[in-house]
Amino acid sequence: MATTDTTTLQALQGRFPAVTTSEFRGQTRVVVPSESLYDVLAFLKNDRGFDFLSDVTCVDYLNYRDAKDRFGLVYILVSTLTNERLFVRSFLNEPELAVPSAVPLWEGANWLEREVWDMFGIKFVGHPDLRRILLPPEYTAHPLRKDYPLQGRGERHNFPVLARNSA
Amino acid sequence: MAIELPENVVISKLDQLANWCRKNSLWPMPFATACCGIELMATGASKHDLARFGAEVFRFSPRQCDLMIVAGRVVMKMLPVLQRIWQQMHEPKWCISMGACASTGGVFDTYSVVQGIDRFLPVDMYVPGCPPRPEQLIQSIIDLQDKIQREGTLNGREFNLESRQEPKRALVEIPSASLFDGARNPIF
Ligand code: SF4
Repeated sequence: MATTDTTTLQALQGRFPAVTTSEFRGQTRVVVPSESLYDVLAFLKNDRGFDFLSDVTCVDYLNYRDAKDRFGLVYILVSTLTNERLFVRSFLNEPELAVPSAVPLWEGANWLEREVWDMFGIKFVGHPDLRRILLPPEYTAHPLRKDYPLQGRGERHNFPVLARNSA
Repeated sequence: MAIELPENVVISKLDQLANWCRKNSLWPMPFATACCGIELMATGASKHDLARFGAEVFRFSPRQCDLMIVAGRVVMKMLPVLQRIWQQMHEPKWCISMGACASTGGVFDTYSVVQGIDRFLPVDMYVPGCPPRPEQLIQSIIDLQDKIQREGTLNGREFNLESRQEPKRALVEIPSASLFDGARNPIF
């Protein structure tokens, strides 16, 4: 059972011919070129009633079998009116790791995009406050990238040592 | 010249008296960041009853505590907070590192988890286990009481000893290359 009505997909493809759709385990997915990502999201929200942004996340496809692109940005949209659910994906490659922010459409995108920035280093242009959300501000890396070592680059060891009599 | 003492007078050293008072009224600071904190709560609750050892008064203000119990993993964003809380506690003070995570990082050998608080803080007692049972924590408190009675001094001279200034390590780090060296470690 698809999670999105065919009329929605037809309307989307009529408006943006470059969008491809597919289905996996009952979940409807569309792949959008990153240039038209904001327009697609705005169309889905304003014309098709996707009023709830459930999640923004990202996948690093480095060394992934048959993968052509490095990062896959995923927006999970839900319509509380029609109970539709749509996975909007867009692929990005270095060095153009920037997409327009979705905060003007959904306020809830604010922290979700900060998390993607923190973990993957993808810039959201027009975001009102693109700071790190989980890691300390002085952190320099984006640790969910696959080329970042699991044990870090020594960040967890850069602290002053308190001797017993130094307090 | 011997002096006759009445039967109800005991002679001791002032150090011993101070140690006896201190060890039987430890006020723990519960720095419980993860699952070990649940066992810490169980230790303070009625079944295990830490009050039997005079350490039941948990206070959430470091100013009122003299025993820091670090129960759980400490991430790098939390470590400066932990150090500041430790510095805010009054002397004499002690520290128990409870559980595998606080002592060594445990299974969380990742970029953000501090691999043992004893790299950055002086620790008096380590409690092994994941999580340690309340009995183990109680045993460590009893051992700490022994230690206080044995080496404590009225003005805390023992804290300034040269040998207590070096950071201790519960577990010396094994270089990862040798750990995954198939020749020497056939299980890999
Ligand atoms: S040692 Fe085990 S129980 Fe304690 S904090 Fe770590 S994972 Fe949790």
